[in-house]
Amino acid sequence: MTPATELAAAAPAVRVEGAHLAFGGTLLFDRLSLVLPAGRTSCLLGPSGVGKSSLLRLIAGLAHGAEGEVVDEDGRSLAGRVAYMAQRDLLLPWLSVLDNVLLGDRLRGRPPRRERALALLAEVGLAERAADRPAALSGGMRQRTALARTLMEDKPVVLMDEPFSALDAITRFALQELAARLLAGRTVLLVTHDPLEALRLGHEIRVLAGRPALLGAAIEPAGTPPRDPADPAERGLLDLQAELLRRLTAARDA
Amino acid sequence: MAVLRPLLVMLGLLLAWQLFVWATAIPPYLLPGPLLVLETAVARWPVLLRNAGVTLGEILLGLACGLLLGAGSALALSALAPLRRWLLPVLVVSQAIPVFALAPLLVLWFGYGLWSKVAMATLIIYFPVTAAFYDGLRRCDPGWLDLARSMDAKPWRSFLHIRIPAALPAFFSGLRVATAVAPIGAVVGEWVGSSAGLGHLMLNANARLQVDLVFAALLVLALIAVALYFAVDRLGRHLTAWQPEG
Repeated sequence: MTPATELAAAAPAVRVEGAHLAFGGTLLFDRLSLVLPAGRTSCLLGPSGVGKSSLLRLIAGLAHGAEGEVVDEDGRSLAGRVAYMAQRDLLLPWLSVLDNVLLGDRLRGRPPRRERALALLAEVGLAERAADRPAALSGGMRQRTALARTLMEDKPVVLMDEPFSALDAITRFALQELAARLLAGRTVLLVTHDPLEALRLGHEIRVLAGRPALLGAAIEPAGTPPRDPADPAERGLLDLQAELLRRLTAARDA
Repeated sequence: MAVLRPLLVMLGLLLAWQLFVWATAIPPYLLPGPLLVLETAVARWPVLLRNAGVTLGEILLGLACGLLLGAGSALALSALAPLRRWLLPVLVVSQAIPVFALAPLLVLWFGYGLWSKVAMATLIIYFPVTAAFYDGLRRCDPGWLDLARSMDAKPWRSFLHIRIPAALPAFFSGLRVATAVAPIGAVVGEWVGSSAGLGHLMLNANARLQVDLVFAALLVLALIAVALYFAVDRLGRHLTAWQPEG
């Protein structure tokens, strides 16, 4: 078994039931349910402020004010099985790149797994920068460090909240490729506002829309992520992108 | 040039002072010129040195006590919500009491010796350190704390590894203010009642119209204050080098 298939066996499906969030008198979502298939990447799109991030934070156990049941397919809690990556890299400026990747070990009071951290930094192409402070890195390098820190957690479920949205197009493209490769086999929820990113990375794509918000039917593009828009076999992506844009526009105007 | 500029301004001011003294022939028991002050400082250096040692000791002990109490209070206020609810308002209101007004009481309670001055300096240092450090601890980026929670960190570990280091720049701005005011605390304490120290020396010299010695003591006090300030500033910059300047 390759490491990826081993992980797929361990990666649980995630079930969210009865998610509820009211914010300042507005009901953002109510009795919302969602299933993230095991070992696959689900992308969540939707207009700004619809509650995408809140839903992701609910699954991460970080929700302030959101309620709902989050379990795996056997009804067990996901505690300890979830890694979280935010839009901002959240690197601690006083720690080196290596120590940032080791943050989880440090925060749990475990001996730091330096070898593994260095191997992951090599995977994301930052082996040479391990001793640098985050301030010395470019935006793309910082987000790669955050990706290495997320992978260091080695959790079967990974939640990503617009992790590449602050990057320029080329850096984003390279990072999507890297993330797809390194996260293969895990149950991933990727919140994004970029339809093409969702089409590159998602096994299935859903649009969250309305107030209270509802989930649209899943779009399942053919082929395996990361899909390459330049590949002639992926010509259908453009049609799907048009479809997603249509849904998002309708959601915004609703 | 950056170092030279304040030196040039200072030299200019001293020159103007000396010219004013020469031009007006003002008697030295009212205003001695900087040259006379320097002469006195050189002639009386054993006295100045002995008293400077006393004052420096008071300042350093006051700094150490104020720092420990202030940092401890800020940590406790930040970590314990009930303490915050009960004590924070009291702490803020307590600052309406001018600390100098307490000096005679402190002398009454702690005596004429070292400890009444240390208490005075401690009181003066305590609040800026507590307020700045507490503020820094409070303003920690919630994203970092969320990340720590998602990593199953125990609250005290994220406090130790994230909140405290993130608050260090704020702590050092409080400490800089504290270092600047600490000598004031010690000297005011000495004015109210003491048997040694630069404040004591100044008060005695003033009473005997030895204004040149008053200025010489003032010069030494200023040197101590500036040296302490720069030492703390350097240490702060070194320990928070990760913080972007500007």
